[in-house]
Amino acid sequence: MRLRLELRPAPSRIMAWVSPLLAGMATLVAGFILFSALGKDPLQALHVFFVKPIETRYGLGELLLKASPLMLCAVGLAAGYRANVWNIGAEGQLTLGAIAAGGLALAFPGADSAWILLPMIFAGAAGGMAWAAIPAWLRTRFNANEILTSLMLVYVATLLLSWLVQGPWRDPDGFNFPQSKMFADVALLPILLPGTRLNAGFLIALAAIAVAWLFFARSLVGFQMRVAGLAPAAANYAGISAKRNIWLGMLIGGAAAGISGVGEAAGPIGQLLPSMSPGYGFAAIIVAFVGRLHPLGILLASLLMSLLYLGGESAQINLALPSAVTGLFQGTLLFFLLAADVLINFRIGVIGRKAANAAASTALGAHV
Amino acid sequence: MEGAADHVATLVALTLAAGTPLVFAALGELVAEKSGVLNLGVEGMMLVGAVVSFIVAATTRQPWLGALAGAAAGAAMAAIFGALTLSLMANQVATGLALSLFGVGLSAFIGQAYVSVMIAGVKPLSIPGLSNLPVIGKLLFAHSPFVYLSLLLCALVHVFLYRTRAGLVVRAVGESASSAHALGYPVVAIRYLAVMFGGACAGLGGAYMAVAYTPLWTENMTAGRGWIALALVVFATWKPERVLAGAYLFGGVTLVQFQAQAMGLAVPSQILSMLPYLATIVVLTIISRDAAAIRLNAPASLGKPFHPDT
Repeated sequence: MRLRLELRPAPSRIMAWVSPLLAGMATLVAGFILFSALGKDPLQALHVFFVKPIETRYGLGELLLKASPLMLCAVGLAAGYRANVWNIGAEGQLTLGAIAAGGLALAFPGADSAWILLPMIFAGAAGGMAWAAIPAWLRTRFNANEILTSLMLVYVATLLLSWLVQGPWRDPDGFNFPQSKMFADVALLPILLPGTRLNAGFLIALAAIAVAWLFFARSLVGFQMRVAGLAPAAANYAGISAKRNIWLGMLIGGAAAGISGVGEAAGPIGQLLPSMSPGYGFAAIIVAFVGRLHPLGILLASLLMSLLYLGGESAQINLALPSAVTGLFQGTLLFFLLAADVLINFRIGVIGRKAANAAASTALGAHV
Repeated sequence: MEGAADHVATLVALTLAAGTPLVFAALGELVAEKSGVLNLGVEGMMLVGAVVSFIVAATTRQPWLGALAGAAAGAAMAAIFGALTLSLMANQVATGLALSLFGVGLSAFIGQAYVSVMIAGVKPLSIPGLSNLPVIGKLLFAHSPFVYLSLLLCALVHVFLYRTRAGLVVRAVGESASSAHALGYPVVAIRYLAVMFGGACAGLGGAYMAVAYTPLWTENMTAGRGWIALALVVFATWKPERVLAGAYLFGGVTLVQFQAQAMGLAVPSQILSMLPYLATIVVLTIISRDAAAIRLNAPASLGKPFHPDT
């Protein structure tokens, strides 16, 4: 008996949604094996990783808090990915969003009205879009691969922020720490649930999910971008501008990532630090794929990915495991998803024992 | 006068040392791409190669054994990529990204206990008499053995691709997988080998950084060199000898920041540290402008999955 991949006549719609579940379960099994190999009680370890962080009201708040930048970045990236525009620089666009909004907050330390949040959000979106516009321009004007340019700009953005908080924007009363002054209280996003750190950034992220759903499923431009992603030749024939899609894909991703940068700076952090995100911009790539580039899927996937962040922290505290275990789980999850996705386009065919025997005897016969 | 010449020789040596990880990684990726596979996981493979080589070198006190282990680890990472993209036909771009993210996480995870460990790394060459010669010694006989190894590798890759039958087959698979398949060549097996060779080279590039160049392990120590190597392959228009030029150009750019600091220039270090990344963008842009040349030189099947049924 042998297994063989057979091409399906049409991609399976069911498998497209079963595959993330399979991947999630496989990741759990991998976690079970990993924890056992590290000499931890695997059931207790999985409990510490996936249950303990969200047992309390505060924990649930943290879950939604960390899910917000992930879903915001991921829906923005999904807009591009659906059109085959590979923006992988959301981390840098997030950083620029934080810099732009933070610069505004620091410029008005005496602000006394929460209305300052509105220009901060716009500044953040503009910052992210400006950063994303560079790869878009280089791609449309000079044919430069946007994967590499957007990624390079992540390093540039991080260094730019690092220079700002150690140089011109450093808090003079900050004991020489590389950090800006704290923002004024009104320049912080209001808390939604008392006793947690969950802030209004979550509502912005939810709104983005809704808008993205309308855009992807109900707008002509969204449809055109999808066509360009699935069948570039057909899109070209239909007169859909490839350049416009690249610009839109990059700018939407940049704006979303920039706003999520505002959410971090004006949210749990409240100032500018050398690093504004524990890799949300990269994890969002995984969220976008696990969520099937669909807003609803992204919402669910961002909760899962947020839980992986919390689980990593919890494992560090309770099991003395390195917090890098989070990155390990994130990568593993994406691997399993990509592997399970084969079932969308192919089915597993079994070449039965009889057939195999027949084939073998024919081969043998040929020899004899 | 001799002082100035000696200074130049030092700069050349430092440039070669800084460019060598890129030579390894870019040559490996070049071979993989020549077979039609785009593996964006170079950064992850370099990091895993670096951490594994460091751990082996630290525990066995054999840095060369470490380098070997690093290359093997890079190849193992590439095998995961191959299993997904070649056997399971997963999207190469997405899988490559996954490999890079996974490599960052995996290397940080297994390397955590080794962050402040010191090892005796691979020492630069020291040939009595020759290495001490003024100027010439520094220019020719006093580099890290890895530098010579990378140059040898470049020559071998060139000869393999353009002067051997096996190299011709690899290129044929990269140009038209279905034609090569129709001629009876095992497309998937050839691509596995090319991808794993790429992984081994990336691992070796990471190992060079961990057991010779620095020699230490820090999280994310390759700092984007895997991505720069990917850009270098485009810059080199898929020609091995041009990889050297590109890699040393970047080696030189990396050096500028140290030189400027040594000369006391009043430019903040962070701004200078941006230079290699900005240079990558500029160079990639300049080379990509000529879309026709890219199309002409890029393997025609690059990034396209292959399944005999389709």
